[in-house]
Amino acid sequence: MADEKIDIALTVNGENVTATVPARMHLVDFLRTELELTGSHLGCEHGICGACSVRVDGVVVRGCLMLAAQCDGSNVVTIEGLSDSEEVADLQDRFVERNAMQCGFCTPGMLMTAAELLAKNDELPREQIREFMSGNFCRCTGYHAIIDAIETTMKDRKAGGAR
Amino acid sequence: MKAPRFKYARPGTLSEAFGLLSDFGEEARILAGGQSLMPTLNMRLSQPEIVIDINRLDELKGISDEGDHIRIGALTRHVEVLESSIVTDKLPLIAEAIPHVAHVAVRNRGTFGGSVALADPAAEMPACALALQGTFVVEGPNGRREIAADDFFHSLYETARAPDEILVEARLPVAQPGEVFAFMELARRKGDFAQAGVACKAVISGDVIESGRLVYFGSELKPTLGAGAMAALEGKSWSDDLAETVAAALDDDLDPMENLHGSAAMKLHLQKVLTKRTLSAAVEKARAV
Repeated sequence: MADEKIDIALTVNGENVTATVPARMHLVDFLRTELELTGSHLGCEHGICGACSVRVDGVVVRGCLMLAAQCDGSNVVTIEGLSDSEEVADLQDRFVERNAMQCGFCTPGMLMTAAELLAKNDELPREQIREFMSGNFCRCTGYHAIIDAIETTMKDRKAGGAR
Repeated sequence: MKAPRFKYARPGTLSEAFGLLSDFGEEARILAGGQSLMPTLNMRLSQPEIVIDINRLDELKGISDEGDHIRIGALTRHVEVLESSIVTDKLPLIAEAIPHVAHVAVRNRGTFGGSVALADPAAEMPACALALQGTFVVEGPNGRREIAADDFFHSLYETARAPDEILVEARLPVAQPGEVFAFMELARRKGDFAQAGVACKAVISGDVIESGRLVYFGSELKPTLGAGAMAALEGKSWSDDLAETVAAALDDDLDPMENLHGSAAMKLHLQKVLTKRTLSAAVEKARAV
């Protein structure tokens, strides 16, 4: 097997998908152009900005730094799937309340990364939240509102018990 | 940008991978975590004929305690190193350094072996492996060979690994009683590549530094021993004067490259500052034992 076209079968947001993809196509181009899941954004396309963050096999990754061909057999969740599952509905409410977005370009990536932070931790000092989120760029908000929204969600979840 | 056209193969065994490497030679690139290769493909800095995805080679994964050393499989992801209790207990230098490696999404994919095999001059793990005097195991069509970290890093992105070989594991000596470790780096944003950094292993009794091993990264073409600085501190009592003497020795030890992260003079200055801070931290740790 060494080809420029690769057959893949994977799960995207819970649905089985099969496709034949060019070897050179990265995961987010596949999601956006083939599956029309345009919530994952392409910012820098070399792994710096975090706008393309998606979940592959349970962990957040840079969607521009994985080939679609590598995801054969994988379970991929995008911001569309994450929203539908309501896993971060409370966080999304806090984003709106706190005005933690302006243009919104970075928001899907922020939510994908924050989802992992919230799944792994129920209490973190603000500095560590900032550090965890430091791989995602936002060019509008100055970050404080985003960190506020995540911090509030974390506190609410802890106070309200396990979700 | 979009990556150039290439073929893709996902071998299920090492021998299959060696077959592909020998078929395509210099035109092949090995895809491990992909956190450095994919950006270079997307920016068309690399245009291989074939990308060989080794991510399904499970034999290259995992961390195990082998008694006198810890084995870290080449495909072990940074997040696994970060969360490993073996690393926390037995490799304090790696445990201190690994939080500096990239950001969460990159740590979830990037691999220990990929970082070592690529030999980016600003990467943390090559410097730590050199400070620990670890050993790398590479395997090719003619079998395995062991290469000391001291002999592995040749220059910018150049290592002792032959094009038809794959790095399979690192063996890092377990911390011994009396040894202390310290690690520091400076980066514009936590998790970004270092502008300057130092990994230190030392044996310290009271205030006397019996021996110290200092490895610099981020400023040189490859992880680099501060031989003069190490000689300057051997057997000496820690003091502000000694700190200045050791830092001054770096004028001869280092030859920083100028790049977007700073001028050569600035990087040399930063390495001196880090050296003083790192040794001071090591002495503090030894006192606390």
